[in-house]
Amino acid sequence: MTDFIQLLLSGTATGAIYALAALGFTLLWQASGTINFAQGEFVMLPAFMMLAFNAMGLPLLAGFALTCVIAVLVLGWGFKRGIADPLLRFGMMPIVVATLGLSIAIRNGVRAGFSAEAHPFPSLFGDKLIHVAGVTLTSADIGTLVAAVLLVAGTQAYLSRTVTGRAMQAVAQNTESATVLGINVPRMVFYTFAINALLACAAALLVTPTYLAKFDMGEGLATKAFFAAIIGGFNNSRGALLGGVIVGVSENLAAAYVSPAYKDAVALVIFMLVILFKPQGLMGKRVERKV
Amino acid sequence: MKKSLLFGLAGLALLIAVPPFLKSYGIYLFSTWLVYVIANMGLNLTVGYAGQKSLGHAAFFGIGAYTVAILMQHGVSFWIGLPTAMLGCFVIGLVLGFPALRVQTIYLAFATLGFNTAVWLVLRNEEWLTGGTFGINNIGRPELLGLSLESPLAYYYFVLGIAVVLSALMWKLLHSPWGKAFTALRDNPIRAESLGIHIQTYTLLSFAIGAVYAGIAGALFASLVQFIEPAPFAVGTSFMMYLMVVVGGPGYFFGPLLGTAVGVLLPEWLRFAQAWYLFVFGAAVVLLMLWLPDGLLSIPDRIKARRQARDASAARAANAAKLGVQA
Repeated sequence: MTDFIQLLLSGTATGAIYALAALGFTLLWQASGTINFAQGEFVMLPAFMMLAFNAMGLPLLAGFALTCVIAVLVLGWGFKRGIADPLLRFGMMPIVVATLGLSIAIRNGVRAGFSAEAHPFPSLFGDKLIHVAGVTLTSADIGTLVAAVLLVAGTQAYLSRTVTGRAMQAVAQNTESATVLGINVPRMVFYTFAINALLACAAALLVTPTYLAKFDMGEGLATKAFFAAIIGGFNNSRGALLGGVIVGVSENLAAAYVSPAYKDAVALVIFMLVILFKPQGLMGKRVERKV
Repeated sequence: MKKSLLFGLAGLALLIAVPPFLKSYGIYLFSTWLVYVIANMGLNLTVGYAGQKSLGHAAFFGIGAYTVAILMQHGVSFWIGLPTAMLGCFVIGLVLGFPALRVQTIYLAFATLGFNTAVWLVLRNEEWLTGGTFGINNIGRPELLGLSLESPLAYYYFVLGIAVVLSALMWKLLHSPWGKAFTALRDNPIRAESLGIHIQTYTLLSFAIGAVYAGIAGALFASLVQFIEPAPFAVGTSFMMYLMVVVGGPGYFFGPLLGTAVGVLLPEWLRFAQAWYLFVFGAAVVLLMLWLPDGLLSIPDRIKARRQARDASAARAANAAKLGVQA
């Protein structure tokens, strides 16, 4: 039983990180119809930036802040202006292929320009063991979980409580009406790209201590994030958290109780069932998209 | 139509004449290219003509390869393995088409991606059947009418022959009423349905026929490399196939030829960039998409459109001048 609880908790912590990547992914899709197949690389790149700042002697949090600024500029603004804006009007295929190309370029650029090896990454929360009622937890697990839940809740609150956030939702739901209402649509779309970049930085900060900084760390992460996004609901930001946790917990439990070789299969089965029987996701509402 | 036939024949003449002068690695590359061309022709039908977003094509590639490899391991001839692989892919392709009846666009892309992951997990983990990560080695090459296809060049011509036959069949299919039904399905499913096209059947068929092409390609691939393991059939290959089809020009008959050259041959040419070659490749794909979102083969269309626009504006100017003279 204690094993089970332990697996559940560490799975939830990993899942919360998947949720961060998934949340950015769904936000981009909602606001602009951008499907970002380089989402995993958007997490990997900040991890290496933070490592570089760390090597220059900056403390972790200062490096994180600087990385956030650069990420908003490059992965937010640059990505929007350079790739998303010119390609979106040509439908889904060109943007999918361009982001695939981008992910190949980033991944191999880091491998060639930095290193092909896995680098240890300092943890924000240390590595203390905590014993509660026979269950052993690491401070990293708890810290990660709390930080990720706070971030998702914060994003959710920003989207539903602030004027800007509501304007962003309006753009996602109906771009034409939002324009008529005097909302600056391009600016709101840029904000979602910026939030996506920030969430990716946060995910990098939280996930890299366990995954290690490696050029291909984004590959697995992106697939998990896509699964989480679909399971939770593509048009619902709380859904991303639920989806992430389901993926994280189910892979942990499957590895322990079913077979380590098939640890990804349980999430996959849930994902396929959701996509076939409730494509709007577990928390999503059915939305009629305009033709 | 006549022009594309001419282009096709000229290309074919080159493909027959050049390889004997290449070293064995060059022949191997050309054979690999042809194998992927066959697979991508199938994907072009599913994605380019019928408009179904499939990111699971490598699964059929793998099913074809493993069917032939496993059967040949048990002493069954390639010539029985190949039809078995085709039939298997057709049936599984039909089944994979069913999600497409329920969901579209990105949801379909992810459903097919999930299917690919599932197939890959089976290939990797069911060691009793597939050899797991150790794979299957010593896969033989078939004989054709008593001729051995063991040598790289002979096998290359064999693959080329099959590719030509399959292209001809695809050409026929696309210029039959079925081909029109597929494009109607892509361009306006609601209108297609109201005109009496049974869109469900055609959606399923577009997946199944595409899958058969991938299955044949997989079978040829197994005999070409003679050793298979799960890695070439993972989701990454599906991404690459999708990329090749879109880069070449989805919905253009010769799109897969060019796109596959970009995906298979370009990285080899870029080897001079050493460690950076895949970075250069990825960046090139991004730039290419920005320049030609409809793929390489949209260049002629674009030139034509530009010429028409120029002619039209010249005509307008001439008209205006004439009117000016009269006034």
